[in-house]
Formats: sequence, C-alpha cells, structure tokens
Amino acid sequence: MTTAAGELTAELRGFRKVQRLAYECAEAVAAQLKPGVTEREAARMQRTWLRERGVRDWFHLPFAWFGDRTAFVNFRVPLQFFPTDRPLEPGMPFILDMAPLYEGCTADIGYSGSLGVNPVQNRLMDDLEAHRELILREVRERRPLREIYEDVDRLMARQGYANRHRAYPFGVIAHKVDRVPERRWSPHVFGFGTRSLKGLAADALHGHREGWSPLWSPYRFSDHPPQPGLWAVEPHLGFRGTGAKFEEILVVTDSADPEQSAFWLDDDLPHVRRWAEDK
Amino acid sequence: MTLPAGVRERRVRTGGVELCVAELGDPSGPTVVLVHGYPDSKEVWSEVASRLADHFHVVLYDVRGHGRSTAPRPLRGGFTLEKLTDDFLAVADAVSPDRPVHLVGHDWGSVQAWEFTTVRRTEGRIASFTSMSGPSLDHFGHWINKRVRRPTPRRVGQLLGQGAKSWYVYLLQTPVLPELAWRGPLGTYWPRILERLEKVPGGGYPTSSLPTDAAHGVWLYRDNVRTRLRRPRTDAYAHAPVQLITPLGDAFLSENLFDDLEHWVPQLARRTIPARHWVPRSRPDQLAAWISQFVTSVEGGRPDAVKATGKYADRFGGQLVLVTGAGSGIGRATAFAFAEAGARVVAVDRDAEAAVRTAELSRLLGAPEAWAETVDVSDEQAMEKLAEKVAAEYGVVDVLVNNAGIGLSGSFFDTAPKDWKKVLDINLWGVIHGCRLFGKQMADRAQGGHIVNTASAAAYQPSKALPAYSTSKAAVLMLSECLRAELAGQGIGVTAVCPGFVNTNITSTARFAGVDAAEEKRLQKRTARLYGLRNYPPEKVADAILRAVARNEAVVPVTPEARGAHLMSRFTPRVLRAIARLEPPL
Repeated sequence: MTTAAGELTAELRGFRKVQRLAYECAEAVAAQLKPGVTEREAARMQRTWLRERGVRDWFHLPFAWFGDRTAFVNFRVPLQFFPTDRPLEPGMPFILDMAPLYEGCTADIGYSGSLGVNPVQNRLMDDLEAHRELILREVRERRPLREIYEDVDRLMARQGYANRHRAYPFGVIAHKVDRVPERRWSPHVFGFGTRSLKGLAADALHGHREGWSPLWSPYRFSDHPPQPGLWAVEPHLGFRGTGAKFEEILVVTDSADPEQSAFWLDDDLPHVRRWAEDK
Repeated sequence: MTLPAGVRERRVRTGGVELCVAELGDPSGPTVVLVHGYPDSKEVWSEVASRLADHFHVVLYDVRGHGRSTAPRPLRGGFTLEKLTDDFLAVADAVSPDRPVHLVGHDWGSVQAWEFTTVRRTEGRIASFTSMSGPSLDHFGHWINKRVRRPTPRRVGQLLGQGAKSWYVYLLQTPVLPELAWRGPLGTYWPRILERLEKVPGGGYPTSSLPTDAAHGVWLYRDNVRTRLRRPRTDAYAHAPVQLITPLGDAFLSENLFDDLEHWVPQLARRTIPARHWVPRSRPDQLAAWISQFVTSVEGGRPDAVKATGKYADRFGGQLVLVTGAGSGIGRATAFAFAEAGARVVAVDRDAEAAVRTAELSRLLGAPEAWAETVDVSDEQAMEKLAEKVAAEYGVVDVLVNNAGIGLSGSFFDTAPKDWKKVLDINLWGVIHGCRLFGKQMADRAQGGHIVNTASAAAYQPSKALPAYSTSKAAVLMLSECLRAELAGQGIGVTAVCPGFVNTNITSTARFAGVDAAEEKRLQKRTARLYGLRNYPPEKVADAILRAVARNEAVVPVTPEARGAHLMSRFTPRVLRAIARLEPPL
C-alpha cells in the first residue's frame, strides 16, 4: 500500500487528510474550552467546525466527556455516552471523540486533555505511549487480536489502570473503518451514520463467513490474526475518575515485510508529538 | 507538673486577674495558643504541646480561676465570654505582639475560641483556629432554634439526642451542689472515672488543682450558657480559617451539632477521629500532626491545602497506612483509595517495580507522602526489618492492611506439602507477621489504630477445588476475630475482608496443583477469563475496606456472592456444603 520510498497511496492520503482535519478540529475546539462550557456545547463546536470545512456525514457524531465521565464512571447503558449538560471546571480532564467522513474517507479520533494542569491526566497520557508501541509490535507479529487485547489489558493492570474501552459497545479496543460512498442524504441513528453502519454490517457478515470480525474485542469472534484494512484503534485508560485515550488509524496490509505489514497511518499527531517533545 | 522541661512561665495581668502563661519552643516561629477546657488546666495539653514545640512557638495559659491563674472576685459574672476574650487578647499581645496567633481549643477552650474567632475586635489577631469538642454557643443556639421551629422527625431526634448528652449542663446550673461535689468525693474519684470511662491514660493528669478548677469553672456554664442559647448572636461568622476535629465517640457532643457549620465558616476543614472526649490526652500524635499541617498550610497562604478529595478525607488525612501486596489488585486499589483520602502510604510488595509504581501514582492522587518497600511477607526477618524501618523513618502505622496473598487450586491429594507450605507462609504467616510487628507498635503507642486482613469468601464457603487456599483464609478470618477481641480494649479495630470473585491478577499467578505446566497455563487463562466476565473491580473492594475501617466493622463480605455465601453459612450451611461438591467450570 506504500511505495518503496514510504509514500502513501492516494487512498491512504485521503484517510490521512481527514484524520488530520479531525485532529485539527479537536485542537481548535480544545483551545476554546473554558470553565462553564458544557459537553453538549463542546460536541456542537466540533460539529460546526467540521461542517464549515466540508464534512457532510459521520461514522459517529462528535462526543465530549468531562470530569469523571472521561473514565465512564457508573456507565450502564450506551445512552450515557451522549453529551450531557455537565459544565467544564478548572483542572477537569476532558475527551473529544469524533468520526467525520470527508471525500468518502472516514476518520475516527480521540483527543484527551485537561482544562489547566491535571497531573493524573498528564500521567495517563504519558503512559499511553507504551500501548501504542505494544499494539503495533504485536500486530506486526500477527498475533491473534484477542491475545493482543489481553496483552493490552495486562499492561494496563501493570500500570495500575483500568481498561475503559471495555465500556464501549462489544468492549472493542478497535474497529474497522472504510470508504463510505457520499450521498446527498445521510441519516444517522443513535449518533451513528447509517452508511458507515451499513459498511460495518457488511464487513461483519463477510467476516463471519471467513472467520474474522471488523470489531476487535475480548471475545472469541476476535480470535484471529489481524485482518488487512484500516483499524481505528482506541485504547482507553481509566484511573479513579480520570480517563484518557487516543484514537487513530492503524493500517494493516498483507505484506510479508513486517515494517509494511502494519503501520500507524500518521505519526504527526498531537499525542505523538507530545511524547517526542518529552524525550 | 507534666509540662516538659524548658518551659518558660510568665504572669499576665488583665481585668483584675493574673493569668499563668507557659511558653515552649522558638519564639520566632508561628505562635500556637492552646486553650484548655472544663474541668481542666493547661496541663491537659502537655502531650500535644511537647510535640508541637519542635516546630512552633507554643503558648498555653490557665483560664481565669483555673490552675495557677487567679479567680475573679466575685465569681458570678466574672466568667463571661467578653471577659475571656479580654484575657485572650492580653495573652496574645504579651506573647506575639505583632503577628496573629494560631488558636487551638478543646472543650470549653474551644467554646471560648469560637467566640474569639467570631467577634470583630479580634480580627487580625487570629491566623487560624483548630476546634475540638466545643461548639460556638451562638451556633449552638441557632442549631437548636432551627430544630425547634421546623421539627422534622430527624431534627427532633437530633435535638433529643444532644439534649440527653448535655445532662451535666443542667446539673451545673444548680447552686452550690456542684461545688460541694467537686471539692468532695467527685474531685477524689474523677481521675479514676476518666481512666475507666473516657480511657484517658494517667501520668500526672489531672493535676492537684482539679477540685478548685472544677468549682470555679462551673461559672463558665452559669454565666454564658443560658444567655447565649436564648439570644444567639446573628453575626457569629468566623474571620479565620477553621479546622474542626470531631471525636466520633464523644459522650457529650453529637456530630450533628456541626452540620451547618459551613454557613458560619467560609474556610472550613473537617477531620474526624475515632476517640472519646479527651482527645488531647488520648490521641496527642494525631492532633499534633493535624495542627502542624493546618498551621503550616495557613502560614504558607493555602488554608485549603487539604487537596485530598476522597470520601473519607476527614478521617484518614495525614494518617500512615501500610498495605502489603500493594503492587497489584486489591492491595493497589486500596493504597490508591487511601491516597485519595490524603493518607500517607507505604506500599509493600515483593515486586519492587510494581510497588514503586503504586507509590508514584499514590502521590499523584493526593497522598502527601508515599513510599515503596520490597518485602516478601512470608520472610520473618525481612518483615522485622521492615517494621523497624517504618517505625524509624515514617512513624507508627495508623492503618495496616495485610492483603498479600496467593491462590492455589487442586484436590487435597494433589496438593504437595511444599504447596501447602507456600500458601500458608504467604496467606497466613504474612498476616501473622504483619499483625505481630505492626500491631505491636500500634498497641505500644496506645493511641488507637486499625488492622485490616484480607480473608476471602472461601473462608466460609468450602470447596473441593480450593482446600489449601480456603484453609489459609479461614485461619485469617479467625485470627482477625480473636485479635479484634484482644485489641478492643486498646481502641484498635480489626477487620476481616472477604471479597469474593474480584477481577485481579491473582488468577494468573495462582498455582494449580497436580497438573503439568501447559495445563496450568490453560487453567490460569481460563480462570482469568471467567473472572474477567464477572468483572467485579478491585476498586469496589478498596471502597469497602475504607468504609469498614471508618465504621470499625468486624467481617466484611464484599461481592454479592460473598454476601450470599456469608448469609448461607449462618442459616443454610447444608446448601454451602452441597455447592462445595460441585466441579468448578474450568
């Protein structure tokens, strides 16, 4: 999928473009957050920002979580993921999560931060780096996804954190994203774009016949080696009322060269830059 | 006299009386003024004062008519709060003319100090106030009025409860009799009554002036209580930060008295302590630590420096908590929960890296200090060394959590003697060593404390798959119960926690007797997955542990299945025996 010089194909460039756009949006919205802004307002800010730049459809509508909702404390039903009227306070952690579609390509990103200094959130962000490295390494080794999931779990436990991606539907740490045809009418149900859901459902059916799944979960249906394609990977750490995650696209190919068999779509993202600066 | 050596005394004349003022410590440091209660003299503070003298300029004085201060003539009308405020200002001007002082009051000392802190003319003379066992009479008056005017069942209950606890106040209003009693038999028997009922250790307290102090001090009640409660001031707002220390076992004051305090005090820090009324005698270490911390934070310009946010921050703030097996699972979650409550944490684990990690994150969560220690709890010498080191470097442990443990599954005949030895060494002997060494330090200090032992639901739920593990945990449960009985008289609580199936890494380190390595690996994986499906988080066990310590509970089953089995073990043990025969789904 990449050329010898490491250049991305046109298709991957499209995905990278929308992923960068989404992260730009997250940074722009995060910069505007101030005490008193509610989750709903933060979600609307993301939506408006992206719509102004040509986004018409979504894999899912933007989410925003503040305070202990970043760690999904006491989440029991999926409706609790939707933004609430909780206002942001100084020192509070927050997560912005959005999945825009742009020119037929999907991005699904997660951006964690805090309003002012929050040492715990800071620490969680630092510790996410090990997870990004672990996932890439084990995908390159072609380990079954379920086992990689368990290794991520073990690393979290060793770090002293709880696995919060477990709270997502099906407990997924990642899911496949794909091209989605652009249509004039693009409805969404429960915050998810129907066209993307249709793609995911088609993948699920397809995978079911071949023994793989577009959802990377702790369950038996994920007991297969990484399936080529684009995976939006979102390890989510929780630590007593504070949560942090990143989410970005991992490209998996069927290349025999380990370097080419799996790689992160983009290494120029806020959290990666942050780790590079700390070194 | 029990005041420590190096005490400097002076006499301060004010409003027709002469006050005896004692000073300790470096006069250039922040000044802490300790005010005693009834029936006491400044010597009630001797233990606390000597602990504070290393860091502060400590000042104690005998309230007029008490100890070596002279009494006003006539006594009636000589003990009004206005006159006591004059006394305080005279003392403050004499010992610290140009800097405000930090007030600490106990019992009537606190009642007076509330007056000092809420009247305008002392503004700028008080930097902070630590109150224990003595409400403001004005706040008290409003508290009663609120409950009388709008009586709900709860409010009536609170009113009656406090009314019953105030029995002695009514007696003290009768003329002459209280004086006769104090100068007669009550004065003789008082020290014994204190020791028996209030668990106040002896040692030069109370002093020989007790009968006169108590007889004079009666006028504190007669001059102030009725007038203030009938017409409480409406402007009794504190103009300095206040730290409120509430002894939970106080026979004379109910906790509810301080429910509305936030209304009167803009900067309020709350502390609770499981002790009876005379905390300056029975818990000097804890008081000195809290006073030092509060005074230091106010001096540093941060009166609300208590940054701990946990639910029990008032109870565990600044206490020393040692957790074994703190490198993972329930131990780690417990260390974090105590850290969140502002406790100082010692994280003990045989995995050095994991212990360091726990200590690091504990500091992030709000522990003022946290240390990691690498020790195998089954190693007697190592534990002895640890106990010595902790006592020397960090202090006496206030809460000990003996949590380290391992799992072992397999039929009785597959369990080799060396497997038995290993399980008993860690699960039982680890607990014994912990209780023996750290419990001894607690008992010797004689200022209370708490021990938590992690047992298991397997302690009362038999199973053919876990004979060794269940035996070790049943022993821990019984050890805890026996120790609880032995230490009850010394104010040290013992709790056995029985968690049940909790999602921790005990499953992946558990041994399975009688199978080869590959099969053991498979079984570990399989149990880990089952526990993962059950997914009961260790954080909830940690919360249960903190609650159990706060309420001093004896046996605490945590998960629903552990509670169910606990009930069944009492009422339908046959069902448990039937369950014990089932093959685990592995």
